[in-house]
Amino acid sequence: MNILYDERVDGVLPRVDKTRLIASLHEALPGLLVLHEGEDLKPYECDGLSAYSTTPMAVVLPDTVEQVQTIMRLCHAQNVPVVARGAGTGLSGGALPLEQGILLVMARFNKILELDPDARRARVQPGVRNLAISQAASPYGLYYAPDPSSQIACSIGGNVAENAGGVHCLKYGLTVHNILKVDIVTIEGERLTLGSEALDSPGFDLLALFTGSEGLLGVVVEVTVKLLPKPQTAKVVMASFDNIEKAGRAVGDIIAAGIIPGGLEMMDNLSIRAAEDFIHAGYPVDAEAILLCELDGVESDVHADCDRVRQVLEKAGATEIRLARDEAERQRFWAGRKNAFPAVGRISPDYYCMDGTIPRRALPGVLRGIEELSRQYSLRVANVFHAGDGNMHPLILFDANQPGELERAEELGAKILDLCVEVGGSITGEHGVGREKINSMCTQFKPDELTMFHAVKKAFDEKGLLNPGKNVPTLHRCAEFGGMHVHHGKLPFPELERF
Amino acid sequence: MDAMTASHDAAQSLQDEVLQAIEKRQALRIRGGDSKRNLGRPVEGKELDTRAHRGIVTYDPTELVVTVRTGTSLSELEAALEANGQMLPCEPPHYGEGATVGGMIATGFSGPRRPWAGSVRDFVLGTRVITGEGKHLRFGGEVMKNVAGYDLSRLLAGSFGCLGVITEVSLKVLPKPRQSASLRLEIDTHRALIKLAEWERQAIPLSAASHDGTALYVRLEGGEGSVASACDRIGGDRLPADYWEALREHRLDFFSDPRPLWRLSLPNHTPVLDLPGSVLMDWAGAQRWLKSSSAAATLRRLAEQAGGHAMCFTSEAGREPFHPLAPALLRYQRQLKQQMDPHGLFNPGRLYAEL
Ligand SMILES: Cc1cc2nc3c(=O)[nH]c(=O)nc-3n(C[C@H](O)[C@H](O)[C@H](O)COP(=O)(O)OP(=O)(O)OC[C@H]3O[C@@H](n4cnc5c(N)ncnc54)[C@H](O)[C@@H]3O)c2cc1C
Repeated sequence: MNILYDERVDGVLPRVDKTRLIASLHEALPGLLVLHEGEDLKPYECDGLSAYSTTPMAVVLPDTVEQVQTIMRLCHAQNVPVVARGAGTGLSGGALPLEQGILLVMARFNKILELDPDARRARVQPGVRNLAISQAASPYGLYYAPDPSSQIACSIGGNVAENAGGVHCLKYGLTVHNILKVDIVTIEGERLTLGSEALDSPGFDLLALFTGSEGLLGVVVEVTVKLLPKPQTAKVVMASFDNIEKAGRAVGDIIAAGIIPGGLEMMDNLSIRAAEDFIHAGYPVDAEAILLCELDGVESDVHADCDRVRQVLEKAGATEIRLARDEAERQRFWAGRKNAFPAVGRISPDYYCMDGTIPRRALPGVLRGIEELSRQYSLRVANVFHAGDGNMHPLILFDANQPGELERAEELGAKILDLCVEVGGSITGEHGVGREKINSMCTQFKPDELTMFHAVKKAFDEKGLLNPGKNVPTLHRCAEFGGMHVHHGKLPFPELERF
Repeated sequence: MDAMTASHDAAQSLQDEVLQAIEKRQALRIRGGDSKRNLGRPVEGKELDTRAHRGIVTYDPTELVVTVRTGTSLSELEAALEANGQMLPCEPPHYGEGATVGGMIATGFSGPRRPWAGSVRDFVLGTRVITGEGKHLRFGGEVMKNVAGYDLSRLLAGSFGCLGVITEVSLKVLPKPRQSASLRLEIDTHRALIKLAEWERQAIPLSAASHDGTALYVRLEGGEGSVASACDRIGGDRLPADYWEALREHRLDFFSDPRPLWRLSLPNHTPVLDLPGSVLMDWAGAQRWLKSSSAAATLRRLAEQAGGHAMCFTSEAGREPFHPLAPALLRYQRQLKQQMDPHGLFNPGRLYAEL
């Protein structure tokens, strides 16, 4: 499967006169850093989905909002596609460039503009790293809640564009729940303020619409985030199970007991062993599954909840229950989980990280389905979940040097996503559609729904110049893809002609 | 189940009505219980009543998700959650007996717990909607995390029915807190705001805070231990828990003042403002109710200067209820409305004359 932009099904891109574009950029913005030659472009050819790369026509690195506005006006006038890029840690190819377009790198916007501890908010530029916000807030006993595992590197602008999550979403929400205001620049160069420092604003909720829109509706140039007081205390309970389905049921039992843990994560045997080998977290390598349940808040409540969780886990058939004895052990328990991806990377030449979500009750069935598919494709799958909110990250192990294995891994991945959709879930919980899951969108949405997405896009970017080919497939692509992908014995999109 | 609460899927007939409206180019006034009819601008149009489309479609408490048809009464939904020890954390106001789930989503108003728990839109996971082309579509779903495509579900929350007929919604719900205690403390507004800011940065489990000019009212929710120790620390007198419902439903004495009612939505930690009229603070000061006969322009300017906006809750011919939008923002909102509702069918002019 080749996911690079394909004009035949993704739509014809405008032809850009590179010389004219570069000349007019230099003329309009003499101080702007523009890269457009050979080696300079290399670092920008791909994002975190490194199996795919494209050399952009030019890379621009503005550092003022006015520059962004001028760039956008120029591109709008000359019909130049624009792909925005934050830190480039995205896992779905959202920041994959186009040969016929510019890559707008927002990394130089790296200042925290204002931090008001009494109002508990921070106004920051989009290139600021996620973790840098929490670090700046830390002296005031505050932090920014969404914590993607990539938080040391990813940018807040990228977080807004992907509606990024983390291990604490169940209790503290996603990016969309933790931002107050976003300033964007449209493709016409207009600066708009969405949301406000107040808790709501008049008119349609464009802040909600823009969050997770993957750079297709506008470029984020400023973000105001909410800060939360750091919890007084946090404890982690680790439970082992001899059967992964029991572990899955225990997750529901904890919630049924009226407890919303700060984090509730699950790992299967393959990931446990990989993580233990790498981090020495003290995981039980013989367990079929472990649950990590973090309880945070006020000391006395956390204490009471730990007892409750322990009882629930015992009843659910846990074979061993351990409360991290001290902060060092708690950190170790988490380090194992947070490093699960690289840990799996050590036991396989390559791995492919999936990101589907399912209703929790469907977990046992989906796990059996994944096991079945893993056998069918002869590829190992390690399972890591944000179990509390049903977000699974199956990691498909493969070797790209073996001819055909990457394709097999991708096909297996797409089948897993089909399974998620079948049980009422989604093809992406937090990594976004980007280019990677563009075909799977045809499984999750009907043509009329995709048409509605296209209509929304038109309201902000009539010419389709912002990040073309990402997030929402054309109906032509779905028709073509449907030809190869017969779902439940019938062809989707029967009303469209096939190519 | 009796006839009043029986589940009924009327989506097809709603869709037929929309299709007819498209054919006749007839504007629609979408209504549920009409409890919030006077909020926003009046709408001329054929009535589209959602109330026959009712009932809870799925509710699995361990998934923390409920899917409900929008014609269902809000009280019925709340009772079903209550029976399982759960709640809508945003604590939406009813403003009348027959309030429906659809009205709650479309207006997007949230109650006293909002600053700590989140707004109506924060809990929306998915919707089904009849569009301006008469299609019945589904966006989002029943899962907590879903970033496939644009988030149209959350966009529909607070859209006042101007973008489509919402027929079904999936909401995240939460367990009710184990313990809840409400207190009344006689301190002035200025000192109350300072106290609140201090408590907010510490481990005080606030879940509501209002001030009526004389006293500060707070609610504490959480585990037994945290609530007990916070009560000890704050002091004051015990307050009956139904105070919050009276505040939310505008049943306190304050609201019987005959002057127009304004809602000022302001940034956190906004100091006491010199407002012309009487003020009741909610949301720890981020939402201020104002009874005032001052000119709309004056009040809007005051709200704007403080970084917020003002909405008028008392309808009167010639007075715009919603705060005006910046021209560029209005232009994009209009483009969005035109794209999603190309025939201009749904609640035209309810938010702004141009939408
Ligand atoms: C090891 C690893 C672990 C990860 N763990 C998590 C996790 O736990 N949770 C999670 O949610 N994600 C995770 N991710 C994915 C990734 O880090 C997030 O998607 C992150 O939000 C991307 O931010 P970025 O700055 O790197 O954006 P980029 O990759 O540069 O861009 C991502 C998308 O956002 C757009 N974009 C970027 N900046 C802007 C802007 N200023 N305006 C408009 N559009 C913009 C791009 O066009 C692109 O579509 C992980 C990634 C890695 C490599």
